[in-house]
Amino acid sequence: MNWFNNLGPEAQFVIFSIVKIVGVFAVVMTSVAYSVLAERKISAFIQDRLGPNRVGPAGFLQPLADGVKSFLKEDFTPGHVRKIYFWLAPMITMIPALLVMAVIPFGSKIGAQKMVIADLNVGILYTFGIVSLGVYGIVLAGYASNSKYPFLGGIRSSAQMISYEIAMGMSVIPVFLIVGDLNLGKVIEHQARHGWLIFYAPISFIIFMISSFAETNRLPFDLPESEQELVAGYNTEYSSMKFALFFMGEYANMIAASAMMVTLFLGGWTLPFAGLDNPNPASKIIGVVQIAIFLGKIMVLMGIFIWVRWMWPRFRYDQLMDLGWRRFLPLSLLNIVATALFLWGYDMMRH
Amino acid sequence: MIVKRTKLNFWERLYIPAVVQGLRITIRHFFKKKVTMQYPEEKWTVPEGYRGAPYLVKDPENRTKCVSCQLCEFICPPKAIRITPPGPAGLPEAGNVEKGPKEFEIDMLRCIYCGFCQEVCPEEAIFLMKDYSLTGLSRKEMVYNKEKLLAMGGVHNDQIWKWKHK
Repeated sequence: MNWFNNLGPEAQFVIFSIVKIVGVFAVVMTSVAYSVLAERKISAFIQDRLGPNRVGPAGFLQPLADGVKSFLKEDFTPGHVRKIYFWLAPMITMIPALLVMAVIPFGSKIGAQKMVIADLNVGILYTFGIVSLGVYGIVLAGYASNSKYPFLGGIRSSAQMISYEIAMGMSVIPVFLIVGDLNLGKVIEHQARHGWLIFYAPISFIIFMISSFAETNRLPFDLPESEQELVAGYNTEYSSMKFALFFMGEYANMIAASAMMVTLFLGGWTLPFAGLDNPNPASKIIGVVQIAIFLGKIMVLMGIFIWVRWMWPRFRYDQLMDLGWRRFLPLSLLNIVATALFLWGYDMMRH
Repeated sequence: MIVKRTKLNFWERLYIPAVVQGLRITIRHFFKKKVTMQYPEEKWTVPEGYRGAPYLVKDPENRTKCVSCQLCEFICPPKAIRITPPGPAGLPEAGNVEKGPKEFEIDMLRCIYCGFCQEVCPEEAIFLMKDYSLTGLSRKEMVYNKEKLLAMGGVHNDQIWKWKHK
């Protein structure tokens, strides 16, 4: 390691960042592959079936088979599409989900290294900025496909995303009123000291969770895709790897949303015992365990995502809009005011 | 038909009880016994009287019961059966038993499992058994010959041993 210590701090930073980026990317993509398997397995179990169990022990290598299949399928571009946007749309769906991961603190520290790729002071603003880009992928796909069902899917998606993004943004404001910092690492440290924010801002958590269902196009809000009415919605004209990118993008978005929920409300990488909530862990092993805790929490939330999908019928379009604009928006505004008043009163009492 | 919309009360409009109930139902099914039958490993047991593939049977003394009367060949609607009789000399291995068939072929691709051959057979030598999944890689493979039909059919335990004292 002598040569490494001889490098300047900038070069060391670059190397550490590359290692972290590669690590996070690998973990996210593997989780995407296995959440698809989990989705298929859990849906099967809920419907009293067994699900995929032929490839590898208990179907464990199924993602591999799925991947090979997507690669080998013919990558067909229909003649009537707008080519550039048609190619651009799947990429734009996939990339924001991966970019969000950059600011998520997935562990405390290993050695002196903070377990976050970019320790931004405006982490949450960055997240919302990036997440709102995700809608462009679907809208572009709808526009580029130049056919009616994808078009309807794209329109629905844009309306849905706009309405739920506002409620989502409003719902996290109480969190930052309580914490007093926009840095996601600081949010977790605050939770390590004072307890998880889900207990301080339960309404925020519920609104955030439901909005993220809408943002990631999951049932009960999967109107852009709605197989029964729009064929397959925005991805009707897509095949092969381009379709797979949409598919992976959906699951990557789910993972990103789960990671955000864990970070903001469920204490991130902390567990309130055995020194697991120490931002400066005693040893590297505890640092690794904290990363595992973070991944475990994400898995639980992913399970809930999937579970809800297989119990809930799809909302009607007007119900969806009604819920977003006339229920969640006022509720989240009320929540902000109530939290602010409570904090103000609490402050007055102390002085 | 007009479906009457009942006015929901506040608790129902809150949607939460319905959600909780839904989650309860799905989680219950998650742990339930699964109904999937893992086909090539597990197979259906077909009910009695099921009309599967027709096979030839032997009597308890291991003799071929078929006497090449060709009634089944005659009645077979899709003409799936083809019998080659032994000719006037008879088969040497059959002994003093009536003329067993020299060759007996059923084209399983043509067979419609109607059961006429079983009904028409005066010797109770052909039966529709329980096999329902006949597979092969060529048309030729799907024409079952006498040897194969007898092997698949096995021994039929009937009361009358017609050839015992002949």
